[in-house]
Amino acid sequence: MSKTQDMKQEFKPSPETLSRVDKLVEAYPTRASALMPSIWAITDEMGYVPDTGVDFLVEKLGVTKARVYEVLSFYTMYRTEPQAEHVLQVCHNISCHIMGARNVIAQLEKKLGVRLGEATPDGKFAIEGAECLGACGHGPCLQLGKHLYEYLTPEKAEDLLDNLRKGVVPRADTDRELED
Amino acid sequence: MSRNDYRILSERFGRKDGHKLSVYESEGGYKALRMVLSGMPPAEVREVVKDSALRGRGGAGFPTGVKWGFVPEGAEEVYFFVNADESEPGTFKDRYLLDYDPHQTIEGTIISCFAVQAKLAFIYIRGEFGWLVDRVQKAVDEAYAAGLLGKNILGSGYDLEMIVHKGAGAYICGEETGLINSVEGRKGQPSLKPPFPAVSGFLKKPTIVNNVESVASVPWIINNGAEAYKAFGTEKSTGTKLFSVSGPVKNPGVHEIPLGMPFREFFHDWLGGMVEGEELKAVIVGGSSVPVLPAAEAMNITLDYESTAQAGTMLGSGGMIVIPQSSDMVELIQVLMHFYFDESCGQCTPCREGTSWLHKIVKRLRGGKGTIEDLDLLEHVCNGMAGLTICPLADAAVMPMLSFLEKFRPEFEALIQETAPVGMNSRWPRGEQEK
Ligand SMILES: Cc1cc2nc3c(=O)[nH]c(=O)nc-3n(C[C@H](O)[C@H](O)[C@H](O)COP(=O)(O)O)c2cc1C
Ligand code: SF4
Ligand code: FES
Repeated sequence: MSKTQDMKQEFKPSPETLSRVDKLVEAYPTRASALMPSIWAITDEMGYVPDTGVDFLVEKLGVTKARVYEVLSFYTMYRTEPQAEHVLQVCHNISCHIMGARNVIAQLEKKLGVRLGEATPDGKFAIEGAECLGACGHGPCLQLGKHLYEYLTPEKAEDLLDNLRKGVVPRADTDRELED
Repeated sequence: MSRNDYRILSERFGRKDGHKLSVYESEGGYKALRMVLSGMPPAEVREVVKDSALRGRGGAGFPTGVKWGFVPEGAEEVYFFVNADESEPGTFKDRYLLDYDPHQTIEGTIISCFAVQAKLAFIYIRGEFGWLVDRVQKAVDEAYAAGLLGKNILGSGYDLEMIVHKGAGAYICGEETGLINSVEGRKGQPSLKPPFPAVSGFLKKPTIVNNVESVASVPWIINNGAEAYKAFGTEKSTGTKLFSVSGPVKNPGVHEIPLGMPFREFFHDWLGGMVEGEELKAVIVGGSSVPVLPAAEAMNITLDYESTAQAGTMLGSGGMIVIPQSSDMVELIQVLMHFYFDESCGQCTPCREGTSWLHKIVKRLRGGKGTIEDLDLLEHVCNGMAGLTICPLADAAVMPMLSFLEKFRPEFEALIQETAPVGMNSRWPRGEQEK
């Protein structure tokens, strides 16, 4: 069994998540059509969807288990296993590549001692390659949860790591939107 | 005309408070909606948009008013989807629209929904825009609170609900039938057309899918009329268009220009040319899926649907990628082929196998194990893909592949013969082929 599987937990929906899913079922025209946002609701609470989360969706939305797993595996942002604490998703598509994304990736790999696609053994960091994040003119860029860091350089990427190690999530270029 | 006269869509770009309902309304926002709901019949709204000759800004350029006309008259249950999946590499204009001015898109959506008598609208935002989803949801909440959404909008008797739907990382969900299937709670795999969504789409009901920029253009057209809109652009490419520009130019970002502007002028006067030390090598005008143009060819086009087609490329989404001399074209095509291989939904054999082969062969070339025959093989694989699939993703991979090969063949050959200049691959050393 992989380490992350050991860390898997039961999904016991919080009252907030329960009421969020109930509202979704209410708003969407069919129960099944509320599947994607309901998966997000579980993901927001747990960071991933464990098997018990799937059971919950089957019961709430009246869809088959196979359908839920199919959807979970189709979309890259849905996860069925616990993730590293900080998943750094670096865009490696064309515009960011032209602007030097490879140098940013190389710096992260060097500082963390892992390759793209891997997590550090302590489960603190993972680096993933991301396809275009919609910040092409502001590249290279990196996504960390809901934060999008733009205009990156190897130095800035290293700064970000230092901050995260200290428990500080620095202000991202898009955080303005979240504040006001 | 000065630059400010072209600001149909980008008036509030870069402004701190532009996203607030109060600011939008104080600058004439929701006036068009009030006008429509105070007595314009839906058919008249459709007519004005049709007369404006507005063409869909999501990539295909299909006339928006004509598409709306495909919804069967008197249909009881109609759905409307605003496509904010924006995943085409090089494209980031819809993000600006929703970020700086969400109410413009919301107003445009309400008017568009009224035009086709939809009762439920979805704004489908790609999952990677998590921060933007929150922002748009806030704006939608504001609109509900102001009576601009929900039951009996502004006392007109028209009801409309609006749901902000968050995607989860799949480029193919930008394709309209993939998008619809995704919201039905399935894999986002495209369906065969016909039937077209306008006749049978979401839950098998008539459904319109429009790009963010298309609907955002609607309030201005209603306020100012079709003739005023047509005063911008060319005869067949009317209005203004957002270009999202990336690459080492002095002013990257999103620029609004009237269609038909010479690329040369746009490049020098708006983008400021290349940054110090870089020279222009090639341009991808409309997002990664359209054929690349070498600098000299790009300098001869005007930025509209016809001129780009004549030059053998497409205006697409307006996601303009500026490629400098220092970039290695084989390296760039590897990046793109990895993308299409990764994003193929796998339903059609030519696409699933073809994208996989294209990626493998290019990777082999860059790994130093390619042969000159591989270049013919690439073409051969492309010929087995184009036009043979359910959706145009296969073509979207073929177009850059073939054009890179055709226009920059010496770079491929030099790589195979190991005569490529040293340093050319500095951004991604050869041999490091983990992708
Ligand atoms: C692979 C693929 C990806 C697409 N991605 C998008 C997208 O991200 N945004 C978009 O508006 N249209 C996208 N489209 C085009 C849509 O299918 C559709 O034509 C468009 O949303 C219609 O809106 P419009 O008529 O206003 O342009 C994509 C098409 C394909 C084949
Ligand atoms: S062409 Fe490719 S992406 Fe489109 S439906 Fe077929 S397999 Fe899926
Ligand atoms: S290519 Fe990196 S954000 Fe678009």
